[in-house]
Amino acid sequence: MKLGVLFSGGKDSVYATYLAKKFGHEISCLISVVSENKESYMFHTPSIKKAERQTEVMGIPFLSQKTKGKKEIELEDLEKAIKKAIKDYRIEGVVTGAIQSVYQASRIQKICDKLNIECFNPLWQKNEEEYLSELIKNKFEIILVGVFAYPLDEKWLGKKIDKNFIKEIEKLNKKYQIHVAGEGGEFETFVLNCPLFKRGLKVMDKKILKEGENSFRMEVEVE
Amino acid sequence: MILIIKTNKEKLHDLEFVKPIEEIVQKKFITKHYSQVKKEDLKKAEKIIICGTSLKDNKFIEDIKEFGWIKEFDKPILGICAGMQIIGLLFGGKLKKKKEIGFYRETFTKEFLGLKGEQKVYHLHNNYVSFPSEFESFAESEGIVQAVKHKNKEIYGVLFHPEVRQKNLIREFVKL
Repeated sequence: MKLGVLFSGGKDSVYATYLAKKFGHEISCLISVVSENKESYMFHTPSIKKAERQTEVMGIPFLSQKTKGKKEIELEDLEKAIKKAIKDYRIEGVVTGAIQSVYQASRIQKICDKLNIECFNPLWQKNEEEYLSELIKNKFEIILVGVFAYPLDEKWLGKKIDKNFIKEIEKLNKKYQIHVAGEGGEFETFVLNCPLFKRGLKVMDKKILKEGENSFRMEVEVE
Repeated sequence: MILIIKTNKEKLHDLEFVKPIEEIVQKKFITKHYSQVKKEDLKKAEKIIICGTSLKDNKFIEDIKEFGWIKEFDKPILGICAGMQIIGLLFGGKLKKKKEIGFYRETFTKEFLGLKGEQKVYHLHNNYVSFPSEFESFAESEGIVQAVKHKNKEIYGVLFHPEVRQKNLIREFVKL
């Protein structure tokens, strides 16, 4: 089936792409909705501009749609982007990286239902520890590009998701209820390399921005 | 051994509608698509769970005859969403249209596999089935039956997806 993936460049959407391909589907395009609102309800914003670099090393067409990031307008813009993907790339279904968010998943389900296409959520309800281990086993090179919950701070930015990371984040989960996979928005990630990439991306430059008491972002330039 | 029956046409949907159930079951199980279920599987199974599928996938309704064994099966069955619709159709219920996607509040009038009172449940369906009188309803909203049990058999059905926020319901069924 020809599929379009809702793509942010973070671990969830890249891994969902990987799974859809592994199950024999053709990934016809990667769809990003670029929100001007950093607190977007639906879309992860920090690494989205770099998502285009990832789509290039995957050799998959990129379809991006701007949105002002206001609650319901975001959904109209997402629908516009999916309609364009149906028209231009003949997609028959959409793939998302939703794990727990019923808010996100149900809104995308409604759009797909309205447009009469399939909806796939291959990470739905996935056990988080098992998920992170799978990412490592499948050679996903992932870094943290945003942290938004105490006690995570700027020292965590740029950290790779590896076995040590899992140990550390599991400790924080026990003590501070930080979700191990960052599902509660505690951290955001960017994928530098994975089996879908023809070559890995390198961080050439980075800038750390403090956005609040426990909120830090790292803007990266990749090559 | 628990027999988990999938109703989804697309294999990629296994990860969304079947794998979450397998993770909750935590007992010896085998998983088969309904078209692959053989008499020996039914004989070996202590219990059966029939999973749901995607909104656009209604192939199981065309293939309803493949589930004819349900009426003779004398061990516990739990039908989830599509699984509940299959049970209802086999017992003479009627398929009706009603789209419900997302969280809804449902009230259980009696305890149902450990669930009581008001529950926030996840719905993902375009249809539901009206159930004949040999089934007892445990939760109902706007005339739509959300949870049922056969009055004389251990056949259970839920229209919502308990694997999302009511995982314990599945554990209770496995313990029966």
